[in-house]
Formats: sequence, structure tokens, C-alpha cells
Amino acid sequence: MTFNIDFLAWRKIAIIFSSIFLVVSIGSVIFKELNWGLDFTGGTLVELSYPEEANISVIRDTLINGGFEGAQVANFGSTREVLIKLPGTVSDSLGSEIVTLLGSNNADQIDLRRIEYVGPQIGSELRDDGGTAMLLALAFMMLYIAFRFQSMFAGAAVIALIHDVIIVVGIFSLIQIEFDLTVVAAVLAVIGYSLNDTIVVSDRIRENLRSAESDDTKDIINMSLNQTLGRTLITSLTTLLVLFSLFFLGGELIKNFALALIFGVVIGTYSSIYIAANALLIMGLNKDHLRVEEPENADDNPLP
Amino acid sequence: MRRYGIWKYLLILLVLGFGVVYSLPNLYAPDPAVQISYTSSSQSADSFLAERVEEVIKDQNISTTIQLEEDYVLIRTDTYQNQLKLKDLLSRNLVNDVVIALNLAPTTPKWLMDIGANPMKLGLDLRGGVHFLMQVDTETAIKNRQNGTLQDLRIRFREEKIRYNQALVQGDSSILLKFNNLESKEKAEEFINDNYTQFNLPLISNEINSLELSLSDLEIEQIESDAIDQNLTTLRNRVNELGVSEPIVQRQGKKRIVVQLPGIQDTAEAKNILGKTATLEFHLEAQMDTPRSRKTSYPYRNGLGAPAFLQDSIILGGDQVATAQASFDENGLPQVNITLDGEGGSKMHRATRGNIGKRLGVLFVEQKTRTVYERDIEGKQVPVQESYEVKEIISLATIRAALGTTFRITGLDSPSESSELALLLRAGALAAPMTFVEERTVGPSLGADNIQAGIFSMQLGLLLVLGFILFYYRIFGIAASLALTFNIVLLVAIMSILSATLTLPGIAGIVLTVGMAVDANVLIFSRIREELKRGREPLDAIDAGYNRAFLTIWDANVTTLIVAVILLSYGTGPVKGFAITLSIGIITSMFTAIMGTRAFVNLVYGSKKNLERISI
Repeated sequence: MTFNIDFLAWRKIAIIFSSIFLVVSIGSVIFKELNWGLDFTGGTLVELSYPEEANISVIRDTLINGGFEGAQVANFGSTREVLIKLPGTVSDSLGSEIVTLLGSNNADQIDLRRIEYVGPQIGSELRDDGGTAMLLALAFMMLYIAFRFQSMFAGAAVIALIHDVIIVVGIFSLIQIEFDLTVVAAVLAVIGYSLNDTIVVSDRIRENLRSAESDDTKDIINMSLNQTLGRTLITSLTTLLVLFSLFFLGGELIKNFALALIFGVVIGTYSSIYIAANALLIMGLNKDHLRVEEPENADDNPLP
Repeated sequence: MRRYGIWKYLLILLVLGFGVVYSLPNLYAPDPAVQISYTSSSQSADSFLAERVEEVIKDQNISTTIQLEEDYVLIRTDTYQNQLKLKDLLSRNLVNDVVIALNLAPTTPKWLMDIGANPMKLGLDLRGGVHFLMQVDTETAIKNRQNGTLQDLRIRFREEKIRYNQALVQGDSSILLKFNNLESKEKAEEFINDNYTQFNLPLISNEINSLELSLSDLEIEQIESDAIDQNLTTLRNRVNELGVSEPIVQRQGKKRIVVQLPGIQDTAEAKNILGKTATLEFHLEAQMDTPRSRKTSYPYRNGLGAPAFLQDSIILGGDQVATAQASFDENGLPQVNITLDGEGGSKMHRATRGNIGKRLGVLFVEQKTRTVYERDIEGKQVPVQESYEVKEIISLATIRAALGTTFRITGLDSPSESSELALLLRAGALAAPMTFVEERTVGPSLGADNIQAGIFSMQLGLLLVLGFILFYYRIFGIAASLALTFNIVLLVAIMSILSATLTLPGIAGIVLTVGMAVDANVLIFSRIREELKRGREPLDAIDAGYNRAFLTIWDANVTTLIVAVILLSYGTGPVKGFAITLSIGIITSMFTAIMGTRAFVNLVYGSKKNLERISI
């Protein structure tokens, strides 16, 4: 594949587009908040499987009559599976009580799929740990790139990463998909993936800046983006292929994880072109910034 | 010159062989099995036990093989229904000195086991079971310790003739002593300084004739870690009594304990046994002349009879019980036969010898937790778990003769209560109460579904990616496809050797690795195409492609690895499983995608001179 696209001609539009997306995302996270999963709110969750189609309203009534006022009842995956949630509860025995209550009518026909109970303390700890992990990941990425490349590349990469994380989290807030532990893991994986892309592009920009005769950084970045575009598209495609197979076949527990990564891969691909490369241009990267370093010649590196 | 060094081929073959052999055990599906061991841990399974098992199941129409292992007798069968049938049958027919547990017995051939090749462990989300996280209430342990010290102080002060007005344990677990005069106070201070090392020095005196004894940080740390250690031991004993194969009981962080019980379905029962802090205390009945400050009134556990006064001093506690067995007395009422350890026996003998004709009370002590609502700083009602103690009399019987190391306790409500009490006494008491802060139970059907879903999505993902790269890169696509398949084999082999646990997010990590590992090859192949376009000779282009892409691949993979390591150290449960497979997958993919494909490409093209075109 050979491309000759003037990516940077669109950069103003891209900045406007990204800004709108960022503002909407941040706004949504502030005003609509996230649909926190049980891992973070604490509480009780019971998943049951009925032999035939489950009657949600009957189950709801049984629960209310049994004293479980705030129970949320919904189908999960299929019409036979039922998910009952009691967010924010602090008793560790509610799960078994619900099973006993619902089981008393249907004898042993109900199959218990899972019970989860998360205490309030654990919930807030998991939230803190997730946040810390994300910040740590960003900090380490920045250090690594500053060490391997140059501080401008590090700045550009981290701007792109923050952009990606905010938008993925924003999408989860906008469409109110449940945000649980596996989604946090997915967002971290997005950081890794998006950085992959950014590094490949940055690597080529550095190489071309050193060897090209032209002094126009914009042209060099454009050329680099075109040279790496084929690879970027193919890798995104193979990754999306496996993610869609996880989304459709991986089961309910993996769905949101796959979804976060699908958004992340798409946004990460876009951001390595329009955010990272653009940031380099805006920061005024030119040949002189790379001259101080010992030129690294990849050809001299021993083969594995 | 273009040939790849022979040692590189040998290395690749070696790693490939190693990968295949060590991932092989995962292809053998485990047998559903039942394992039987003796209740007492000192008695290991013997052929006698195996014969008894054989006796019970020989006339049943269930296909089984009985094996005598080191600690238990293993009965393999063919289906999960038969497994449950067997367990039911055995628990009805074997007397109560054995523990019966469900198990999944690996069917790894002997030659593989001899070289240490074992299948991966499956996480609870794949095999079903329950995960508990318990928080140890160490404050109660500290308070208990201070109460013990206080009792001791009272006795020692009496011996030393130090007079005091008041002695009690305050809210913050410090001991407050009040004296009549300065002289007593100074005498006490000196005595404490000489005989007790656990307090913060100098002793604080807020009021003129008082002393406050607060524990030093070092001592508090010691008490906390002792409490957790004892709770761990006790929990292990209790888990063994429950009959679970391959349980995990582990400390996590400062104050928490993780318990994982694969295959357990009745979580209410498991929780009841694990979390119980019931123990016994033996007290003499208070006499008319016992001062009010040295006796307490307790209700009866069965609710019958008026509350009775017992002396505050304890003859001995449940920790001095060596064994306990539930049985029935001559009237068919439940009882617990108790054997004390040597020290307990002599304490009991001393205490009862001089008090024949008086009554001995057996006190049932249980720590319970309840939810109370408190106002936080913002004035919001927040639920808080609070522990409290329940003490009830289970029997109060006249001492007819001095007691020794063995005796029995009656007055229990039901056979289930007597067997539970016996179990708790055998397994030992918890040093501090615990609350369940997290529970995750996965039923067996969901576990099986998760495995199915994981395997399906992995198959489809792999198929799609292989299809695409074969179509897009032809001969080089074959190299990449082989590398990708080889990568999964290697990943599974390493997981198996590390005996890492495979979870559903772990499978997702493998699937994601499949998608991302191709990136290395895409980078190399794109570069080769570029070099070809620039007019390089095919073999030169291959060289340049591999050389130039290497650093990029390295940088890109290191950053993903950093993320995986952060996940590994910050994540819990599901997230960890994902991080493990992701990090191993990244490392193995570097090897397969670079060295593996290079070897293949050189094998195909390397020996050809004047190569004109390559299929990429």
C-alpha cells in the first residue's frame, strides 16, 4: 500500500473535532457520571438461570415482598438469565438470602450462576487502585519515551494517551455502560496499545528527520505518517478482529472489556496520527532537536 | 551468507519442542473425582481406608478407579453426576472420621508428570467455586490482650499488696489505673516498669493519682501479626474440615485473608463455619460472697432458666482443647466429648479439686458483627460493620469429682450444634473476629460456560487473524501464521510451568495477544515491501526490514509490558489474570515473531542465489 495523503492539512479540523469530543467526555463524566459497576460501588449481585424464560416482574415482586426494596432486576445475556443487583448494601449474606427466597418457589430448578458481594471499603480501595494504576502507567510511559526518544516526543505521546483515556471513559459515561474492574484493565491496555501506535509513528518521524534533506518538519511528518499508515491500518484491523470475536463470543463478563478496547483501538489509531504528530508540530519540533543526540543507526544493531 | 546460523535453528527447535511438551498436559481433560482423607491430620490415608471405600462402592453401577495417594484416597469416575452420586454415597456410608471432597484429578500421562509437566490451574471463574476476602478485626485482639493483662495485674497487685481504686480498659485499649495516694501509684509504676515491657514509657499520668498504660507500637504490631497468623492457622484447619480439594488460604496485605474454595457451592454453610469465632470458657459459678465487681450474669443459650452469675476469672479457654468429638449421651441427647491438653488438664484439675459440690459453668463465647449507621464528617449516614460479643451459658453442672483431661459437655440444642461446636474446638479459635469484605461465588454451570466462551472466542479470533495475514502476505503470511500459533503454544507452556492460574480475563489476554503479536510481523513485512519498492534486491530488503523494524518492535513491546506489570501489581483477581497472560504473551511474541519468522523466511529464500522476487 502506498499512500500520499496530506494528513496535516486536516489538522485544524482534527483539533476542533478532538476538542469537542474532550469537552463532551469531561462534561459527561462530571454531570452524568460513570455507571460504576459493583466492584466500585460495593453491594450485592446475584445471577440466576431459569429453566424457561424468567418472569422479571414476578421476581421483582417476590424480592420486594421479601424485604429487598432496592433490588434492580434485569435480564442478563438471555431471557432465561436474571441479574439482581443491590448496590451499596453492606451485609455479606444478602446473596444467599435472595437465592433461598427465590428458590423456595421454584424448588431446585433455578441454577445459581454467581453471587458477588463487595464491601464498601473494598469498593473505594479498588477505585483508588485503578486511578493510581492509570496515573502510574502514564508517568512510566512518559519517562520511557523521554529516555528512548526525546522530551518533545514524550510530551506528545502523553497528550495523545490522556486524550484517548478521557474519550474512552467519556464514551462509557455517555452511553452509561457499566464501568467495572475489567474495563479499568481494558483502559490500561488501551494506553499500551495507543502508545504502540504513537511509538511507531514517532520512530519514523525521528528517522526521517535525521535523514531527510527537507527542513520542513510538516512535510517530514506527513511523509512519515504515510509510510506507517499501511502498518497502522493492518495492526488495527487484526486487533479489531480478535476484539470483535471476544465481544460476540467471549460471554457477558468480557463484553464491556472488549467494547472499551474496541473504542480504544479506533481512538488510539486516530490520536497517534492527529494528536501525537500534531502536538510535535505545534511544539515546534525540527531537525536541531535531534542533532544533540548520538545518531542511532538501526542498521548497526545486532540481529536477535 | 544469507543462511541463518545453525545454532539459531537449533535454539528455535529446542524452544518449540519444549513448548509443545510442556503445553501438552492441557490437552488431557481431568477426571471428576472424589478424595477421602482422615479428619485428623496426623493420620495419613492407608490401604485400610481404600478397602473401606471399595466396600462401599463395589456394588454400585459406577465406573471408578481407586488410587491410594500420599494423603488421601482418590476415586476417579467418568461424569459429574457420578461424582456427586459417589460423594453422597460415601458420606452416608463412611463413619465420621473422614473428610470427603470433590476434586478434578488430572489425567496427565506419567512420562509428562515425570518431567514436571502439569496442566495450567483454572481460576474459580472457570471451574466454579467461591472466593472470600476477610478483614481481621485486630482492634478486638488488642483489646482482648489488654483485658488479659488487666486480669493479671489485679492478681499481681494483690500479691504485691499494691492497693488501687479502679482498674479498667478504656475505649482506646489503654489500661487506666487509679490509686488512693501517691505512694501506691509510685509503687505500682515501679512494679510495672520492672515486670512489663509492652507499654509505652514513661507511663502517662493524666490525673495526679492515676496511670495510663498504652501499648507500644512494636507490641501492637506483634499482637496484630500474631492474630492474623493464628487466624490463618485456624482457617486452614476449618477449611480442611469442610472438605475442599486444593483450597487457598493466604494473607493479603496487612489485615486481610483470602480464602478460595474451588468446587464449593453451599457458600452459606462455608461462610458460617469460616467466620465463626465461637469458643468455650470454663468459669466457676459465683458464690453469694463474691463481690459484684468480680462476677457477671449471663443468660442461658437455650433461653431456658434464669440468668446465672459466673466468676469473672477464667479457669481455661477453648484454646486448651486438644480434641473434641460430637456424640450422644445415654439419653440420646447431643454432647461433645472433650480432651484437654496437658496444661489445660492440670488447670482444670486444680480448679475443680477444691470446689467439689460447687457448680462449673461452660460459657459459649461468640463474636458477631452487625451493621450500625454512623454519621460521617458531612453528616451523612454511613453503614459501618461493628463487632460485638455474645456470651451465653450452655451448661452449669455440679462438680462431683475433680475433673481431669477428659470430660463431656451437655446442654446443646441439636446434633448439628454439637458437631459444629466440636469442629470449632478442634480447628481452634480465631484470635480476632473477621468480617467478610468481599465474596465472589461462581456456579459450576457458569464456569463451564466461561471456558466454552473463552475457547470459542480464541478459536475465531485466531482463525480470522490467520486468514487475513495468509491472504495479505502469502509466503511471509505462512511464516507469521506459524509464529502466531507457536506463540500460543509457548504461552500455554510457560503458564503451565509457572503453574499460573488461567482465568476468563486471562483468556481475553491471550486473544488480545494474538491480535497484537502480529504487529511485529506487520512492521517487518511493511518495511520489507518499502525497501523492495526503493529498488533493493529481495534478500537485502529482507535483511533491512528485519534490522530496521527491530528497535521499533522493541520500544512498542516494552511500553505494553510496562502497562502489564503495573496491572499485575495494582490489579486484583480478574485484572491480574489478564495482566499475566498479556505480559507472558508479549515476551514470547518477541521471540516467535522475530526469530521464528526469520528462520522460516531464510529457510525458504536464504539459499537461493539471484532471487528475483519474493512473495510478500
